[in-house]
Amino acid sequence: MNFLQFMMANRQQVVELTLEHITLAGVATLLAALVGIPLGILITRVPQLGKPVLGGANIIQTIPSLALFGFLLPAPWIGARASRLAILALALYALLPLIRNTYAGIRGVDPSVVEAGRAMGLTDRQLLFQVELPLASGVIVAGVRIATVLSIGLATIAAAIGAGGLGEFIFRGLAMVNNQVILAGAIPAALLALLADFLLGRLERRLGSLRSKS
Amino acid sequence: MTTAPSDAPAIEFDHASFRLNGRPLLEDLVLSVKQGETVVLLGRSGSGKTTTLKLINRLLSPTTGDVRVNGRRTTEWDPIRLRRGIGYVIQDGGLFPHFTVERNIALVPQIENWPQTRLEARVRELLALVGLNEELASRYPSQLSGGQRQRVGVARALAADPPILLLDEAFGALDPITRSEMQKEFRALQQRMGKTVIFVTHDLREALLLADRIALMEEGRLVIDLPVAEFSRSQLPLVRAYMEAFSGLPDTN
Repeated sequence: MNFLQFMMANRQQVVELTLEHITLAGVATLLAALVGIPLGILITRVPQLGKPVLGGANIIQTIPSLALFGFLLPAPWIGARASRLAILALALYALLPLIRNTYAGIRGVDPSVVEAGRAMGLTDRQLLFQVELPLASGVIVAGVRIATVLSIGLATIAAAIGAGGLGEFIFRGLAMVNNQVILAGAIPAALLALLADFLLGRLERRLGSLRSKS
Repeated sequence: MTTAPSDAPAIEFDHASFRLNGRPLLEDLVLSVKQGETVVLLGRSGSGKTTTLKLINRLLSPTTGDVRVNGRRTTEWDPIRLRRGIGYVIQDGGLFPHFTVERNIALVPQIENWPQTRLEARVRELLALVGLNEELASRYPSQLSGGQRQRVGVARALAADPPILLLDEAFGALDPITRSEMQKEFRALQQRMGKTVIFVTHDLREALLLADRIALMEEGRLVIDLPVAEFSRSQLPLVRAYMEAFSGLPDTN
């Protein structure tokens, strides 16, 4: 049977795995954003930290994903549950685009606008929240978009350590040498990624038009 | 001209110098500005005039020497309080592109927690003062012409009624006709408001039109500081050079 028939026959599992997949990628991206965006803001304020922070995130990205999952297995609390491990690994991978885009977005704000804000007596906090972040929001959301799509793709590997998600079908299909099963995992995952890319892309464009109002 | 300036200087440069990475941008400036006076810093690019301006609102701090505003060193002022008492207008306005005209103008009063009704009244008052139609209040800067943006910039600087105004080539990006209009309107505004104004320009005609005194700067140093009437009569070579560069052109008055 073709992959659509396979999916229909196993639709409960398809839904279950899809939800697991969304949870893994979603929670990971959220965690990465909660850490990465503030870090990106920090390095615009403390330039000396720029190199170590960006360098660190870069190094994490160079570790092959399956290896990263493997390294974290022995860790005490993390390694105990496969989903925790997967979420942490995915979050670590999502850090770099978030930190980098936040940094670039804020630095990309027109310097004369920032200077005018400082000269008017805005405190650093007011400058950040009323001027810099709103004007950088398009680029920051682009970072979220990249991180999300990345996470959705990488989450397929989570199944290798038993964390669930659509990768389950992919790995099972590989073991069974059955293309339909592989596709039943790969196609929904790809569609998820495309959907996330589309929706976040629209948000990004809406926010980006604020900047071009200058 | 303006109402008689009171005695204590509003702004004082006491042998102030500013160096960036060893490069001197301003050397040993001694200059005093009285309350209510309009001093024009005239000079070419690199003359140090913008640096001088930025020392007043502490966007820069002097490397050596002191800069005093209302008798207190800028380095001793709380920078936020200092800047909220000084209006700052730059070329191209530096307006916030994501704020409407109204929100741009009302920004300082708003962060000073003025009540909403007072804010709205103040914005209307300022729009009228700078000659802008009230219906522009809800527009965004990108929807305005260059001249309109500059007027909003001036309105914004005046919003919290600061005693000191700094303008850095504020009319430089405008076409000649709009520029001339803005100069004349600004002169009328000055005479009504009596604020202490420091105006940076490289345009001699603008200086002659707007100044009580002209401080001529060259390569980071003050060359001469004279009341405007004496300035055109001065025989200093650099002054003569300026007068000649701007001669042979139609009178803007």
